[in-house]
Amino acid sequence: MSSYKHFLPLVFFLGLVGLLYWGLGNDPKVVPSPFIGKQAPAFELPKLYKEEKVSNEDMKGKVWMLNVFASWCVSCRAEHEVLSKFIASDNIEVVGLNYKDYGTEEYGKEVLGWLQQFGNPYNVIAVDTDGYTGINWGVYGVPETFVIDKNGVVRDKHTGPVTEESVRDRLRPLIQQLRKES
Amino acid sequence: MMYRFLLLLSTLLLSSVLFAGVEVRSFETPEQEALYNELSEELRCLVCQNQNLAASSAELALDLKEQVYRMVTKEGMSREQIITYMVDRYGDFVLYKPPVKKSTFLLWFGPFILLLIGFFVLMRTVKGAKQQPEKALDDKQRQAMQDLLNSKEN
Repeated sequence: MSSYKHFLPLVFFLGLVGLLYWGLGNDPKVVPSPFIGKQAPAFELPKLYKEEKVSNEDMKGKVWMLNVFASWCVSCRAEHEVLSKFIASDNIEVVGLNYKDYGTEEYGKEVLGWLQQFGNPYNVIAVDTDGYTGINWGVYGVPETFVIDKNGVVRDKHTGPVTEESVRDRLRPLIQQLRKES
Repeated sequence: MMYRFLLLLSTLLLSSVLFAGVEVRSFETPEQEALYNELSEELRCLVCQNQNLAASSAELALDLKEQVYRMVTKEGMSREQIITYMVDRYGDFVLYKPPVKKSTFLLWFGPFILLLIGFFVLMRTVKGAKQQPEKALDDKQRQAMQDLLNSKEN
């Protein structure tokens, strides 16, 4: 028996440790979106407290983001400041999708109060009271942020609160790249 | 005695626990109901991850069940259409049982491959052990063994 064979179990064991260590760094809560690289699902929803409607047709030809938020969502509160700063500094068009909140008169005014307290960074807010549009976009946890290119194709989806790191490393470079595309 | 028994029986039967957590949904045909039940067993609740829709009462699971219900009853979609709808939006992860395809090959067959490898290693080890010539003891060792055995007896 040659001596290297004795090390095989050790190599195997270290390989397994490496695999498990790599697995530790993966967040099981992040489910990759099958929409990336595909046309964003169409929606037509009422604007917050307005008669008019907003649809993704309105955003055609622009690089834009869809941010899913709700006044009951604590993580949305957590990302709000970072997100608002990013939107203002990079001058990004953002549709806020108010997900299963109380956006229409007959409910409450939670979302208005929320926006007054924390500020409204959105160009327009679409109200998804029953969550159907959310399901259509594959939303499973708020907040979620989709980046959509000029052709209406979803290019990235950020699940969970947007942080300064994710703006710096992921969202800002992507937006800059997409703006150069035609 | 009979009265008491009836009282107990009615208390148990009318207990609100019986009605708790029971979904009230009406279906036009038993096939629709069967399809709905089947799908809520097969689809995963994405926020609870290790529960299917049927077992979960998370907000999202309720919404997805409602969506499945709508697709089954109002839109009359088939099983494949509904599964495709969900996979298009949530990916394969929404299926409780992952589909067999290239990217899930290791998941499905990895354990069997490991089992085969283990089997071959075992076979080789057993064979190798058999082929080792048995060393006969020399006279000195034989004597030492005999001494040991004798000392134990006394």
